[in-house]
Amino acid sequence: MASPSRALEPTRTGAQLRADRLVGLVGRVRELGLLIALAAIVALVGAQQPRFLTASNARQILLAVSILAILAAGQTLVVLTRNVDLSAASMVGLVAYVAGSILRDNPGFSVPLVVLIGCALGVGLGAVNGALVTLGRVPAIVATLGTLYVFRGIDYWIASGKQVVVSDVPKSYRDIAMTRVSGVPTPIIFAAAIALLVAYALHYTRVGRQLYAIGSNPDAARLAGIQSGRLVFGAFVASGLLAGIGGILWGSRFGAIDARAASGYELQVVAAVVVGGVNIFGGSGTVLGAVLGAVLLGTIANALTILRLNPFWLQAISGGAILIAVTIDLLITRRLQQALIARRNR
Amino acid sequence: MDRLTPPRADQRGSTGPVLATLDAPTATPVVELVGVTKGFGAVQALRGVDLALYPGEVHALVGENGAGKSTLVKMLAGVHRPDSGVLRINGEETVFHGPLDARNRGVAVIHQHPTLFPDLDVAENVFMGRQPRDRVGRVDWRAMYREVERLLGTLGVRIGVRTPVKALSVADQQLVEIAKALSLNARVLVMDEPTASLSAREVDRLFAIVRQLRAQGVAILFVSHRLEEIFALSDRITVFRDGAHVITAPAAELTTESTIRHMVGRKLEALFPKEEAEIGRVVLEVRGLTRTGVFRDIGFRLRRGEILGFFGLVGAGRTEVARVLFGADRADAGEIRLDGRTALIDSPQMALRCGIGYVPEDRHGQGLVLDFPISANVTLPILARVSRLGLLDRRREREIAADFAKRLQVKAAGLGAPATSLSGGNQQKVVLAKWLATDPKVLILDEPTRGIDIGTKAEVHRIVSHLATQGMAIILISSELPEVLAMADRVVVMHEGRVTGEFERAEANQENVMFAATGQVAIPARSGVAGNGVA
Repeated sequence: MASPSRALEPTRTGAQLRADRLVGLVGRVRELGLLIALAAIVALVGAQQPRFLTASNARQILLAVSILAILAAGQTLVVLTRNVDLSAASMVGLVAYVAGSILRDNPGFSVPLVVLIGCALGVGLGAVNGALVTLGRVPAIVATLGTLYVFRGIDYWIASGKQVVVSDVPKSYRDIAMTRVSGVPTPIIFAAAIALLVAYALHYTRVGRQLYAIGSNPDAARLAGIQSGRLVFGAFVASGLLAGIGGILWGSRFGAIDARAASGYELQVVAAVVVGGVNIFGGSGTVLGAVLGAVLLGTIANALTILRLNPFWLQAISGGAILIAVTIDLLITRRLQQALIARRNR
Repeated sequence: MDRLTPPRADQRGSTGPVLATLDAPTATPVVELVGVTKGFGAVQALRGVDLALYPGEVHALVGENGAGKSTLVKMLAGVHRPDSGVLRINGEETVFHGPLDARNRGVAVIHQHPTLFPDLDVAENVFMGRQPRDRVGRVDWRAMYREVERLLGTLGVRIGVRTPVKALSVADQQLVEIAKALSLNARVLVMDEPTASLSAREVDRLFAIVRQLRAQGVAILFVSHRLEEIFALSDRITVFRDGAHVITAPAAELTTESTIRHMVGRKLEALFPKEEAEIGRVVLEVRGLTRTGVFRDIGFRLRRGEILGFFGLVGAGRTEVARVLFGADRADAGEIRLDGRTALIDSPQMALRCGIGYVPEDRHGQGLVLDFPISANVTLPILARVSRLGLLDRRREREIAADFAKRLQVKAAGLGAPATSLSGGNQQKVVLAKWLATDPKVLILDEPTRGIDIGTKAEVHRIVSHLATQGMAIILISSELPEVLAMADRVVVMHEGRVTGEFERAEANQENVMFAATGQVAIPARSGVAGNGVA
């Protein structure tokens, strides 16, 4: 037995140092892997098509994924708690249409108020998901699959075949997403700000820590006095709020909105999160990873367009990216476990 | 009652309708283990045991928790392979290459909790994986249902063959397992605690079937804690202690008293000497605490500076009581009083607020968040205290974690090391640190030294003992009798959900505590604090 003073003192051998470094690295390795994949794509495609490497193309890619990144940040919160929100895209579509139709039907209506209404609607829809999962105890994948259709159905019902066209909404509304600040389109700024905020909250707040604990070991979290129900509810509400913001940006950016807006986007959101190294079974992953996942998927899409490949490949390659990402993730985790066990049995 | 060894000739070789006729001209054991050992890491579960099962006998295997019964059962089930020693089936040396192999060699194991497919019906469960086929290769459903009906008929039980298994009681599910064993022509039936969750009538029915199987020449190994049942049913009894064989004798030659003495008769190893703590006022008082179907009418008092040992055999309901005290489960009746006032503890948050801490039995499943570093694990229940306006104060978190890690001598690469990287003993210290950080008045420790090395174990004893001297009231749940006797000021003994004894430190010894734990003592008076000694 060691004397008290020896406890916790670093007495490390070479092998142990390597293990320590490995442990330290793995915290970031998922993001690192994504960056390497991103660099590889950029290098390969750039060699073929110099146009791919221009600043304007980079801006193009980031603009295209900005809403996806915002939704991925919200999805990360939910997935960390061992849940999933499949209704994100339906919320985006509903908010986008409701906001646009208010502006169309009430000329002169306050734009800030519409933004607020959109966010509040997102919060409300998120609360429905949260209540179904925490109070109703419906498994999240089923609950949000249901609301995916219900929210979209409400969208169709409200729209009843009509649409909002560009001339229906005031310029100040379009300006939200169509302005540039020192050359950077505002959606990219919004996305970056939101991703940083959520990442900060996950890392530096009590609630953030508790979300990880719930996903990592629900029983231990409960015995530690963590009120899982409230926090999971909160995660769904946050996801709804971010979908609300996404909906406003969508409406502002595209101007023309019908009830199909953002249809099918939900799986891209989940794909971004999973590619970004967030464990689909909860407990680990970062917002940075999820955002990088969104960027990676956007870059692949852009590269295929620039290389003039059949869009059919987009789907297949996105799918391939998910499989590769998850497989690598599993391999790393297993290697890490082995390293840790080896060290423990030293 | 026939308690003969070897079994009577007329019991062997009888013509059961299902089983192949057994030819055992001389008494060759169907199963024989010779000098079998098995270790798991540092723990030696079996240290060279011998056991022989003869056709047509009911052979009981008894022993304390950790005596090696489960390991032996798993060995016969083909789950574990002996490290050394010999397994013979019908006198022929054999190695089981897995559960299927064991089954094919005629050994069937019926576990305490039947391992069936709940959504499938009875017949499908009996024939899972070997459904009868018709000429084209399709499952022959009619033949299957007919055969299972016949099997259940020979057992004399009425269970619908098309009933989904989840609709059956545990007792009926066991009968399905037995039917499965019969359909496999099993000649050895191993029953691991089969009666633990059965009613008295169900036990009678099961025993009638066991006797019928014995008459048909099946060898039955009956593993149980319930001594009265063992004496009612078995022909021979084997006692294990700490992984070693103690005695095998005809049941007629043993008594309850002598069996218990064989179970516990070990020297008390040198444990950490308990520090004398000043025992103060009553902190926690429990009266008539009941959770239907789990435990009932539990009553005890816990004082400041006192270590109250909770002893019982597996399934006695100790953990379940602890979970109710901590608000993780709800009681159906009874009262919990803290500092003389009724406390309504309906959630772990409430328990924390009341100053109760709970170190759970299952370190990995409930104690730790394995992905989290040490510091985050320690501060998980006290995040409110290490954060301001919802923002974590990481320096304060590190300070608190470092303080406890030093006090408990956690050995790790650093506070940032994930809990997975620690040894079992150090993980347990982290769990302890986590609950000590909540500054509890009452600390419930559930099997705090299970699976950790002897050195760390002594350290945990030292820490617990020291906490008591500082006035903490401690409930120590343990399945290790020496640990309880060495550490506890008082011992409460539970048996099948009830308190069956309470002993002061001076009067508690291995025999009387084990007597109470096997349910041999009259239930104490309703007050829950009387009833010392042996009835």
